[in-house]
Amino acid sequence: MENQNSLGNTERKYFTFAEHEPMPLDSGETLGPITLAYETYGKLNADQSNAILICHALSGDAHAAGVDANGKVGWWDDCIGPGKAFDTNKYFVVCSNVIGGCQGSTGPSSLNPQTGKPYALDFPVVTIGDMVRAQRHLVDALGIEKLLAVAGGSMGGMQVLQWTVSYPERVRAALPLATTARHSPMLIAFSEVGRQAIYADPHWNRGNYYDGARPNTGLALARMIGHITYLSEESMHQKFGRRLENREHFGFDFETDFAIESYLHYKGSRFTERFDANTYLYVTKAMDYFDLANGDGDLTQAFARCGNIMYLVVSFTSDWLYPTYHSKEMVSALMAVGADVTYCNLQSTWGHDAFLLEVETMTQLISDFLGRVVAHYGIALP
Amino acid sequence: MKDDQPNVLRPDLYAIAEMIQTNEKVLDLGCGEGTLLRYLIDTRQIVGRGIELSEPAVLACVRKGLSVRHGNLDEGLRDYPDQSFDTVILSQTLPYLDAPAFIVREMLRVGQRAIVSFANWGHWRCRLALLFTGRMPLAPGLPQRWDMPPRARPLTVRDFIDFCAREQIRITRSIYLGESNRVLRAARLGENIRVAIAIFELK
Repeated sequence: MENQNSLGNTERKYFTFAEHEPMPLDSGETLGPITLAYETYGKLNADQSNAILICHALSGDAHAAGVDANGKVGWWDDCIGPGKAFDTNKYFVVCSNVIGGCQGSTGPSSLNPQTGKPYALDFPVVTIGDMVRAQRHLVDALGIEKLLAVAGGSMGGMQVLQWTVSYPERVRAALPLATTARHSPMLIAFSEVGRQAIYADPHWNRGNYYDGARPNTGLALARMIGHITYLSEESMHQKFGRRLENREHFGFDFETDFAIESYLHYKGSRFTERFDANTYLYVTKAMDYFDLANGDGDLTQAFARCGNIMYLVVSFTSDWLYPTYHSKEMVSALMAVGADVTYCNLQSTWGHDAFLLEVETMTQLISDFLGRVVAHYGIALP
Repeated sequence: MKDDQPNVLRPDLYAIAEMIQTNEKVLDLGCGEGTLLRYLIDTRQIVGRGIELSEPAVLACVRKGLSVRHGNLDEGLRDYPDQSFDTVILSQTLPYLDAPAFIVREMLRVGQRAIVSFANWGHWRCRLALLFTGRMPLAPGLPQRWDMPPRARPLTVRDFIDFCAREQIRITRSIYLGESNRVLRAARLGENIRVAIAIFELK
């Protein structure tokens, strides 16, 4: 179906900072210069009060909406555009690629100015906090004192929560979707299996592969594992069942029999065309380190300064990767500090991917919620 | 279960609204589609929050610009700190609770006062219906037969007064609505027989 409310062609922009003084990282190391690739949609109003920052998930990038130069539609185009959930007629929407990424922002595949070669594993390990710190530099440069909202799902939701914890005075509203305030051991386990798949690829070569063959087999395998966790048993039944792929009968061989296998192969191999294996290692590590309670289990401490922020927390019934109780835990802690929290646990069969797929309900929820934030703060929309 | 006509409140909700002061902080348990909260925000500038179990009702609340927590009352109430509201409202939900004593105690932990409304199965029509038809009576204003969801546990005004005495909950105000939704001057317990809907303020 042709998208009638598309933003049309969108342009990737670049912002470089920390050229003279490198940015400190949570690990104690520093990084600089740093370039962030970003896109913006809509117009910033006169008092810069209508800006919404969108944070992307593990495999996302700055291209959240519209169509890029290669004809690719943005990863959250269903929800960003004129008349959509994040209505670009009303809001100025910004999305940037995270540091450690591989879609234009500084990451392990970027050239290390010291050596003139890609950083590879010399790139410092970054955290969700570091990603957000870098985004804050971009927000500063765009002249935005206070964001109307920060929104994102999955790893994007972690950045949303981190924003409200790191810079509560700069956020009016937060939309953490299908996410968690601390990465669970099960999530770490899946991250590690993905990383091991990459390490085991002979082409990985301890991260030094940029002038030769890439560890695509390992990266594709990591992505296949990831895709299983984004679905649900029920959605796999609905989408694939036990259907055979391009054959009438079992092959009694080790070629592809089932549609689900073919889907995973396709997703895995497509991923290697656009994603860097080292970035996969860095970004999954950043998620694994994410724990707003800093190990002591007390989230209310973390949210102590977030009492004036309006939250829309959404979880999905079939999301077993970030189960509902993760969201309920953050809702409890946020309510304990007096934050204005709207929480909805949406019925969906789509698993973790639901935050991207339940477009109709999400559109209603997000636009209604943002409408309330705008009314509450008396924001003058363009 | 709440009337969703804009600006027209169900009579018991109207009576509850009359008990709320300007700028109060109000929590509505089982807030439905948010009719009462919206009305209170518009007419009394309250700070309102709701807890609601049904997803479509939660979405309707968000549409009305309300802040709602999706979930059941036990876990919803647990999230709120002690004495964080002026008033906690439970309207026409009492017979559907698994643990009414627990919920009412939680209401008084979270709020300075609780307001509870329910239909009175002790109304004379109910009494006569059971006596003369031999069938379980429907509560005033509630069209549910015994076999229809949600499962309800019938109670009367007297039952509730006994319950409060047992639980050492103080009833600080009671408002009784008759069949025509007029407020009854019913201080005497005997009037229980004329009460269609009872509203109690608890502390």
